[in-house]
Amino acid sequence: MSDLKQTDIEKIAHLARLALDTNDIPVYAQNLTDILHLVEQMSVVDTANIEPLAHPLPMSQRLRPDVVTANDEHALFQGIAPQVEGGLYLVPKVIE
Amino acid sequence: MEWETVIGLEIHAQLATRSKIFSGASTAYGAAPNTQACNIDLAMPGVLPVLNDDAVRMAVKFGLSVGSAIAPRSVFARKNYFYPDLPKGYQISQYELPVVQKGTLDIELDDGEIKTIGITRAHLEEDAGKSLHEDFHGMSGIDLNRAGTPLLEIVSEPDMRSAKEAVSYAKKIHALVRYLEICDGNMQEGSFRCDANVSVRPKGEKKLGTRAEIKNVNSFRFLERAINFEVERQIQIIESGGTIKQETRLYDADKNETRAMRSKEEANDYRYFPDPDLLPLEIDEKFIATVRLSMPELPDEKKRRFIRDYQLSAYDASVLTSTKEMAYYFETVARVSGSPKLAANWTMGDLSALLNKENLDIAQSPVPAEQLGGLVLRIVDNTISGKIAKTVFEAMWAGQGDADAVIEKQGLKQVTDSGAIEQAIDAIIAANPEQLAQYRSGKDKLFGFFVGQAMKATQGKANPAQLNDLLKKKLQG
Amino acid sequence: MLNHTLAQLSQELQAKKISSVELTQAYLDRITRLDPTLNCFVTVTAERALAQARQADAQRGAGRGGVLTGIPLAQKDIFCTQGVKTTCGSRMLDNFIAPYNATVVEKLDAAGMVMLGKTNMDEFAMGSSNETSYYGAVKNPWNTAKVPGGSSGGSAAAVAAGLAPAATGTDTGGSIRQPAALCGITGIKPTYGRVSRYGMIAFASSLDQGGPMTRTAADAALMLNAMAGFDERDSTSVNRAVPDYTKTLNDSLKGLRIGLPKEYFSAGLDPKVAKAIHDAIAEYQKLGAEIKEISLPNSQLAVPAYYVIAPAECSSNLARYDGVRYGYRCANPRNLEDLYKRSRGEGFGAEVKRRIMIGTYVLSAGYYDAYYIKAQRVRRLMTQDFVAAFKEVDVIMGPTAPSVAFGIGEKTDDPVTMYLSDIYTIAVNLAGLPGMSLPAGFVDNLPVGLQMIGNYFDEARMLNVAHKFQQATDWHARTPAAFK
Repeated sequence: MSDLKQTDIEKIAHLARLALDTNDIPVYAQNLTDILHLVEQMSVVDTANIEPLAHPLPMSQRLRPDVVTANDEHALFQGIAPQVEGGLYLVPKVIE
Repeated sequence: MEWETVIGLEIHAQLATRSKIFSGASTAYGAAPNTQACNIDLAMPGVLPVLNDDAVRMAVKFGLSVGSAIAPRSVFARKNYFYPDLPKGYQISQYELPVVQKGTLDIELDDGEIKTIGITRAHLEEDAGKSLHEDFHGMSGIDLNRAGTPLLEIVSEPDMRSAKEAVSYAKKIHALVRYLEICDGNMQEGSFRCDANVSVRPKGEKKLGTRAEIKNVNSFRFLERAINFEVERQIQIIESGGTIKQETRLYDADKNETRAMRSKEEANDYRYFPDPDLLPLEIDEKFIATVRLSMPELPDEKKRRFIRDYQLSAYDASVLTSTKEMAYYFETVARVSGSPKLAANWTMGDLSALLNKENLDIAQSPVPAEQLGGLVLRIVDNTISGKIAKTVFEAMWAGQGDADAVIEKQGLKQVTDSGAIEQAIDAIIAANPEQLAQYRSGKDKLFGFFVGQAMKATQGKANPAQLNDLLKKKLQG
Repeated sequence: MLNHTLAQLSQELQAKKISSVELTQAYLDRITRLDPTLNCFVTVTAERALAQARQADAQRGAGRGGVLTGIPLAQKDIFCTQGVKTTCGSRMLDNFIAPYNATVVEKLDAAGMVMLGKTNMDEFAMGSSNETSYYGAVKNPWNTAKVPGGSSGGSAAAVAAGLAPAATGTDTGGSIRQPAALCGITGIKPTYGRVSRYGMIAFASSLDQGGPMTRTAADAALMLNAMAGFDERDSTSVNRAVPDYTKTLNDSLKGLRIGLPKEYFSAGLDPKVAKAIHDAIAEYQKLGAEIKEISLPNSQLAVPAYYVIAPAECSSNLARYDGVRYGYRCANPRNLEDLYKRSRGEGFGAEVKRRIMIGTYVLSAGYYDAYYIKAQRVRRLMTQDFVAAFKEVDVIMGPTAPSVAFGIGEKTDDPVTMYLSDIYTIAVNLAGLPGMSLPAGFVDNLPVGLQMIGNYFDEARMLNVAHKFQQATDWHARTPAAFK
């Protein structure tokens, strides 16, 4: 049984890039622990010889002809952007 | 202690499709920012990917060229991480089941020895956009035109033991993808990028040392320098008692050094899982057979054929097959002139020298292959001498027309009229009695002096063989 | 008139008893009057609707109308509608004017239907009560102290209260069927791949499926005719002909084999709901069906497996909401990481954050096999259970939800209890099968839903089976007293 601690929540929240209110972290820890306990009920069944199923239907990927079908719609797309300049989306400085 | 360098390369080749791997946006280079990023590339809510058939064809083509098995079933996964040039917050890539599995490529070492480099895998994935760091009030600008461009990531085994070997392998892959016409190979534009995994270990040690991954190497020259720098750095650290940290490093060409990437400092947890928006890619024998039919002659096959059919040396055949364009140029010159040997000399000699000097690709040569063939033909049929041919070639390069036009205009046609040559020789012998006497008394070296004078008198147009024969006779008296 | 079925409205429009503009205006008026109480709509698109209605009238006038031309509907706010705010019930998309249309929107537009507006929903379709919406809870028209179910709660309540004759919904773990049950309407989640997901904002890609929410099965058949079909823009769309779902509605049920999974009638099911379901089954026996008890032995694993797979997919699907290209961006980000963390922390509500975190956790290094791969294996087991069952029966029936509508605020503090509201519906999504809910009685003056599960691509038969029931009963025709 996994019980998540405050530090686990902080680590997960960082991976998922979610700012959490410090006061909420214990509640999240409890909620997520409860959910994991629910999830861990899966262990009652032996699945050793069962292939994982990722898609409900046994289909294979369809291929698209290599044709340019999209038009330049950057004005439309950038009309809803938080911050643009010279056609570029602006973000706080990226550090390599 | 003696150290051994171990290098593996990850090469990202942008596939030469018209549209992106999962969307219908154009992949053309150099468009205004974000004008080639459609709603799918921008990861608008609700959009979905559909796979480009040519991207698959090109990956299979590569696989066949390195003798790989093509996976009958491969899977696209999501590699999850946050970065502003990655709009979905994940990159679609093949992880556990890549389309190309296990292949090999032979490279030629300096001493002519052939070494086989293992190719671990090659998989399809999408490129990211670009972050521009020029100052936007302390912010970065994001251009997503490149986002979603198909990439083939070609991963080698850690089989290379020096920077030179690594470069030789990278060049061979570069030539190969261009032969296959699946990548334009333009390193300046980022169509062909190399990451090098470099480690060192004491000679004789079996276990691999801790490796550093060097990114951002955009020329073969830099690849060699970056690896050499990194090897030295690692040896120094170990010899002074330190340990190597597994990390991603950036090559800085201006300073000729590598440095740790700050954005990659924290250990990543990419949380790969199969992309539920894409289904398994199934490639059947029929698909592979169709691709096989479209395969061109590969560099190694071409090289063998050049050695066999044109009686070229292994070295010449290697140089002439280094690119598809070079091979095509040479074969055209050889066909038009009928002399493979001269065609090889001219293509590798005068032509390459001028191309290098002016930094041109062979495809951009101001003298087309047919014209150089025409010039070589005039040497073969004794219309001009090899020496005059150089003058003609320079005129052709300068745009003065084809060989025959230049020869005609400048009156460079070789003199083969023995009467005219004899006349010139007689005049020279008469004018140089002293040298004649010395020659006849055994100073053979002076023969060259007479040849020079006779050539000068005929403005270089005398047929050299004919001139030699006549001169010898006359000097002996 | 506002209680009429789509077929009736179609006839009235065709006979020129009413124009689409009049009909649309009547619904818009009703929305203005009643929606402040119910909170079904996030956005009402009155102008767009009237323009579409005028166009529909012109088409009908020129004799070019189809069966649905001029009939209003409500779109769940998960479908992208070009030029119209598309929020997915989230603060994250409160300012998002979609720059393109979902395939479902294109198809229903092309069928001539008139969009009244966008309906409220649980944030990013994560919820079973509509209480996770940034725009506040939707009230159940049968009792406004109760939830309408979720996530398509706005659509369900709008249809039940007569604010729209039909609506679209989406169903990832029961989000069409459970609110349909709790609001006393008919809803069908088609086979995975039957309705295009293009432009339908993703929650869990391998489970999401759109479908109609209507008063009757016959209406659902009409709408599904317009919604279903192959879409080359969706790799998971199935290239298979769409039958005319209205053609077989009246086929006889004689000899129909109905399977009742014993696991669906065990502890946890409200006995009064159980009785209503058994009464409905008895009605089917009268219609000539044979009843067979079956077993879906891994049923109890559906919720556990789902709460690995759905959060895993959602944690990745929702990574695109980063404050860079559209949507919510926090004020004055200090640096890039701060931009990400606060935009997402402030833009998403608690339930979405919980699921993103669970998904992040189960995919992370060291846990992937134990959780994600395990869940995918369980998913296959459950699918195999259904495949085996459909060798013996034609449809499977049981309750849609373990209880009737619960009180607003009753389960919000305990996510796990909330998750168990979908205990009977989730397995269907894991298997990709079609599932349906239809009104089957009342308990404490609240509707009970009968769930029907069909074999792959057997929607026509399911609609037929539901329609025959609705010919014999009038549960579906009841309307909440306060919204007559």
